[in-house]
Amino acid sequence: MDRFRMIFQYFQSNSESVMNGICGLLTLASIKMYTSIDFSCPCLLQYNMAYSLGIMFVPPIALFLCGLILNRQSLVMLEEWSRPQGRRKKDPAVIRYLCSSIMQRAMVAPAAWIIVTLLDGRCLICAFSGSMDPEKFVDFASASPVQVQQLLAKVPCKDEELMRNNTSRKAVSRYLRCWSQALGWSILLILIIAAFLARWLRPCFNQAALLQARHWSNYIDIEQKIFEETCCEHSRLFAHKCILHFFESMRQEVKLHSFSLSREGEGSEGDQALLRGITDQDQVNKLLKMWYYEKPPLDVS
Amino acid sequence: MDKFRMIFQFLQSNQESFMNGICGIMALASTQIYSAFDFNCPCLPRYNLAYGLGILLVPPFILFLLGFVLNNNISMLAEEWRRPQGQRGKDPAVLRYMFCSMAQRAMIAPVVWVSVTLLDGKCITCAFCTSVPVEILGNASHPSLSQGDMKRVLARIPCKEIYDGQELIANEVAVRYLRCISQALGWCFVLLMTMLAFLVRSLRPCFTQAAFLKSRYWSHYIDIERKLFDETCTEHARSFAKVCIQQFFEGMSTDLMAAHCHLPRKAPEDAGEATEKLLGITDWDTMNMALKSWHQCKPPLHLHVPALPSGNGWAGEGQPPVHPPVPRREMAAYYSWV
Repeated sequence: MDRFRMIFQYFQSNSESVMNGICGLLTLASIKMYTSIDFSCPCLLQYNMAYSLGIMFVPPIALFLCGLILNRQSLVMLEEWSRPQGRRKKDPAVIRYLCSSIMQRAMVAPAAWIIVTLLDGRCLICAFSGSMDPEKFVDFASASPVQVQQLLAKVPCKDEELMRNNTSRKAVSRYLRCWSQALGWSILLILIIAAFLARWLRPCFNQAALLQARHWSNYIDIEQKIFEETCCEHSRLFAHKCILHFFESMRQEVKLHSFSLSREGEGSEGDQALLRGITDQDQVNKLLKMWYYEKPPLDVS
Repeated sequence: MDKFRMIFQFLQSNQESFMNGICGIMALASTQIYSAFDFNCPCLPRYNLAYGLGILLVPPFILFLLGFVLNNNISMLAEEWRRPQGQRGKDPAVLRYMFCSMAQRAMIAPVVWVSVTLLDGKCITCAFCTSVPVEILGNASHPSLSQGDMKRVLARIPCKEIYDGQELIANEVAVRYLRCISQALGWCFVLLMTMLAFLVRSLRPCFTQAAFLKSRYWSHYIDIERKLFDETCTEHARSFAKVCIQQFFEGMSTDLMAAHCHLPRKAPEDAGEATEKLLGITDWDTMNMALKSWHQCKPPLHLHVPALPSGNGWAGEGQPPVHPPVPRREMAAYYSWV
């Protein structure tokens, strides 16, 4: 009993740790994905903006959904939300608590992706190079209006023939990267301040309700785990009984049809018990055939 | 017993974790295989599309099948599907649950392969380089080539070393364009799959939770029952073998005593358990004869001897016994004095 209690405490204290671990792994995976996927701006006027904004926003959505899917608590919350009331009241505070905890964890990886993208700068350079004011840059100011848009769109591609060693290209890149990194660091700062304030100020607002909500959400989680374990144990015992009944019914059939006097055991009592009256190749084959063709009914009363 | 129960519970509750682990390993393996694989675009007009799409679609199919093969539960599903109904009804919901859970896990590695292939871009570049819009991206002032020539030139886009159409359309421009399309497709595919997985996982508790709990319980039950049956059969086989071999040795020693008219040597009182374990075989000749007999004439798979030789079949089975009655009579001779 004591051992079970220790195991359950371990599960409880570690349910949050497991989820924090998954959250961390997903964040690392998102950074690794960004570095390993080759960002190649198309350098075409119509496609630049779509491509870069796509790279900036589509993976975070996918990462957010992944964060929700991989989190066990989201299933627990949905079950609690959709269950009929029955004899147990539903507490909206618990569901809100679960929802906010799930969302917070799921948002970490997408935020990491967006921040890394901004700090790297290539995305913003690709998206907004076509919207720069050509007057500010010497080489572009002298080009014709038709050409200037095309040239600006090619800024992100360093290896382009026209862009190699072009000082204006470098100027545009630096300018946009500067803005991109400023944006990235600002977002990071805002998020950290928000997290800090939320954690610092939370005890000031309704701490008792929060403790209750947290307790009952842990309770629901543990209750579900224990229910699953109990079902496993129950099905194991059910199967054990079912198989014993099956062997017993085979033994009855052997006794009924073979008219043999059952001998005293040659081996020990233990062996005889384990043999369960099946002592012949035919009997064993018949047993195995019956097991496939006529499984016993699911009734061990 | 308590310890076994705890370990069994751990294994059972962790069977899903075990399958998830295999799933994750296959996904990682698919990315490794892709990065280790040397992609070689043929750079010929008709072969590019076939090669590119082949690399995109054939390995995922193989990985999908492999996902089923590596899953132990596939034989359980097949058995439950094919067994005759007998005394136990068959529940199609359980079969559906088992199949769905296996298919979901088997789909992960193929999805990862397709995503990585699309995000990398080489496949789509190879497959669709002949369809690049030359009018938009290329040099408008270049004299137009015939259709066949154009395709031949464009087909070499992925192979930079032999590309000879730089005046027609710059290699980097075409590659960037194709890779951009490929990555856009890749991310859309990833988003679509994630959304699908999210919908499947989140809508289930809202609609069919009771039926789901039932199907899950009975599919676990079938798995546990099969394992327990195998364990019980193994125990039975072990006892059967033990008794059969004991009877064989005793039969040997009795037979030899009868044949050679040896008087049983009185064992010293204090020898005890060790002497019993010798089963009456106590010299070189006897042991050799026992070993030879074990090889040349194994005992029948029959532990009891019926007092009356009856037609030893069941009511429903009209087959004669498998082994001929003669050895049985011999065995009766061994034991008749007991």
